[in-house]
Amino acid sequence: MKSLLDLILRLDCWLLLAPLLPGIINKVKAWVAGRRGPPVLQLYYDLARLWKKSVVMSTLASPAFVILPAVTWVALLGAAMLLPLGPLGAGLSFRGDALLMLYLLALGRFATAWAAMETGSAFEGMGTVREVSYAVLAEAAMIAAVLSLSVQSGSLSLATMLTPSLGASAVLLAAGLFIVLLAENCRVPFDDPNTHLELTMIHEAMVLDHSGPPLAAILHGASMKLLLFAVLLVQAVLPMQHLQPLAAAGLLAGGVLGVTVAVGLVESLLARFAFRRVPLLLTAAFLLCLFALLVAWKGGVP
Amino acid sequence: MSATTPFTLLANASSMTWAEVPAWPVVDFIRTTGAELTRGARLCALFGVPEGAAVQLVAVLAFDADSTLAVGRSIPFCGEYPSLSASHAQAHLFEREVWEQHGLTPVGHPWLKPVRRTAGDAPANAGFFRVAGGEIHEVAVGPVHAGIIEPGHFRFQCAGEEVLHLEIALGYQHRGIEEALSGGPHRATLIQMETIAGDTSIAHATAHATLMEALADSEAPLRAQWLRAIALELERLANHTGDLGALANDVAFLPTSSACGKLRGDFLNLTAMLCGNRFGRGLVRPGGCRHDLEPALATQMLERLRPAMTDTAQAIAWLWDSAAVRARFENVGVVFPTQAAEIGLVGPAARACGVVRDVRYDHPCGWHRFAQAPVTVWPGGDVFARARVRSLEIQRSGEFLSEQLPSPPEGGLCGELAAPAPDTLAVALVEGWRGEVCHVALTDSAGRFRRYKITDPSFHNWSGLALALRGTAISDFPICNKSFNLSYCGFDL
Repeated sequence: MKSLLDLILRLDCWLLLAPLLPGIINKVKAWVAGRRGPPVLQLYYDLARLWKKSVVMSTLASPAFVILPAVTWVALLGAAMLLPLGPLGAGLSFRGDALLMLYLLALGRFATAWAAMETGSAFEGMGTVREVSYAVLAEAAMIAAVLSLSVQSGSLSLATMLTPSLGASAVLLAAGLFIVLLAENCRVPFDDPNTHLELTMIHEAMVLDHSGPPLAAILHGASMKLLLFAVLLVQAVLPMQHLQPLAAAGLLAGGVLGVTVAVGLVESLLARFAFRRVPLLLTAAFLLCLFALLVAWKGGVP
Repeated sequence: MSATTPFTLLANASSMTWAEVPAWPVVDFIRTTGAELTRGARLCALFGVPEGAAVQLVAVLAFDADSTLAVGRSIPFCGEYPSLSASHAQAHLFEREVWEQHGLTPVGHPWLKPVRRTAGDAPANAGFFRVAGGEIHEVAVGPVHAGIIEPGHFRFQCAGEEVLHLEIALGYQHRGIEEALSGGPHRATLIQMETIAGDTSIAHATAHATLMEALADSEAPLRAQWLRAIALELERLANHTGDLGALANDVAFLPTSSACGKLRGDFLNLTAMLCGNRFGRGLVRPGGCRHDLEPALATQMLERLRPAMTDTAQAIAWLWDSAAVRARFENVGVVFPTQAAEIGLVGPAARACGVVRDVRYDHPCGWHRFAQAPVTVWPGGDVFARARVRSLEIQRSGEFLSEQLPSPPEGGLCGELAAPAPDTLAVALVEGWRGEVCHVALTDSAGRFRRYKITDPSFHNWSGLALALRGTAISDFPICNKSFNLSYCGFDL
């Protein structure tokens, strides 16, 4: 009974709170630009609207076109359930769950890329190529980060891994993971989530032909992914294992909010990079995580 | 240079009788025109004038260094003529247009296909240049775009992210403006002139009004010329500011993007103060202007102009201060000076290649004979240079307005205009914000329009955009496109 309640609470956290993040980012951007901006709850309205619409299918696409967004959504939710939520702990925890989380994230991307190829559109083909090539670099950074956490804690389970101590390693990890967060979630300076220009899109180009409930699943999945990376970043950097449960929960929520506002500020003040410069920044993220690994391995942790 | 030309010379905004225009057999005409282009003349317009069942070609050349224009024509003929485009690329669209309108075939034209229409079909249906190879992929964009912009079709041949070739197909907004003008001027003519390209209303209306005045062998009162110059700079300010904001938006740089959107509105509202319309419609008319600028209103305009200029300078400074923005703009979409000269680029796009080319300076007429803004030139030919030229022009247009607004010439606003002289050809060039707007009119024996030729700057510059894309990443197309921001309807007519 208690575990059922725990599961429901955890699902609520991920499913209901995730669409808040893009709303907060947009509010920050509007605030910096001196505009009023869309309501914070805009994504909820959009999801409700999309859910009521019917699906428009290309005559070339197979049923996979509709199924794959659901696969992505489930994979992302699965990855989210593996991630501990501060005092709540993880929904499911075992040795090596960190690797499963990485693979679930990759599975989500694979399904989106496959769905994008279904319509045979030039735009989606271009978007997929871009997304997948940058993912190679982003994943390297991500794996380095997980390794560094693993070496630091001597464990392969997320629940133990995400109990960091403050230090040089945490600073390096914070910088590296923040860059990975921006890249993985298609934010400026890697991608521009607001652009209407098909030729410059990365992630948006992949989902151009989706409509109705599948599009709602994609948008909701994207917001869950953003929340997932924000939670991961905060827990990988801020030590909260010795705090009272309420204080830890507050620190986690505050940390996630801080990361979200930071994304909004980056987006307000920075221009988007040219594609040829993106690998440089992702390599920098990889190196930051790699140095964090070195510090954790050889460095000061007694 | 122009002293030895066999063409007949005339100044901007003047006229000559049709008989004075020298006529050669078409082969000689093409050879002479080619020789003049080789000597450094520039092709402003090349068009056909029907004469019974036959057609004669007319060329309007500009000798920019000598501040003079030159006109020549062929004797009427049917069928074929040797292509000028084979040796002078700036003629290629004109020859295709003549082929489309009159059925004269330029022999040796490298890429002969319609400009605006394919028999009953949309132009995009015509054959495109294709690059063969397993690594090549073709991307088709438009005519329906994701943003709220005009329709046009872009066909890219890409190897990975790199664009090997871009072909642009337009004509979706062809309204038949030139055809509608024959037998004119009609009551609707002025309104049609203001809607050739809505964002260039003042430049096109001024060109038309100047042409009508040249045909009547008169001139608008000085006060009207002064007002037209002011309105022209306001139009330039609004469009350049809006475009810099759009460029910032395309690289996701929000501060400048947000500010410029608002500031463009401020400049449009200044135009509205002048004549009641944000795009300057109804201000210019043949013979003068319709609305006067009272001293009190001029003072009020100045008071509003100053803060708008300060804010614009600040918004643009953010753009240049951002290393991320400069990295996006520099060395992207380069047009080389030799290419600019070959294809006859005009306006800020040409000036961004280091070419000194500005009608206000090269061929001054109207108020620009008395007051000039310096020509803004920047080398490089890339997106950065085009943005830079525009930002400098904003500054100079602001200075021009601050100087001119407090010192209006005395006198009337609108004179009586005589009927157009019969069998006369007149040419008017105006530097619109995109570049040279060229209107040419030929009257018949009753003084009505026999042929009216309009060349919007976009007609010259679309080829420049296609060249800028060669070797550029396809993801940079939007900023290249925005840095030119050419008109679809001005091209389609």
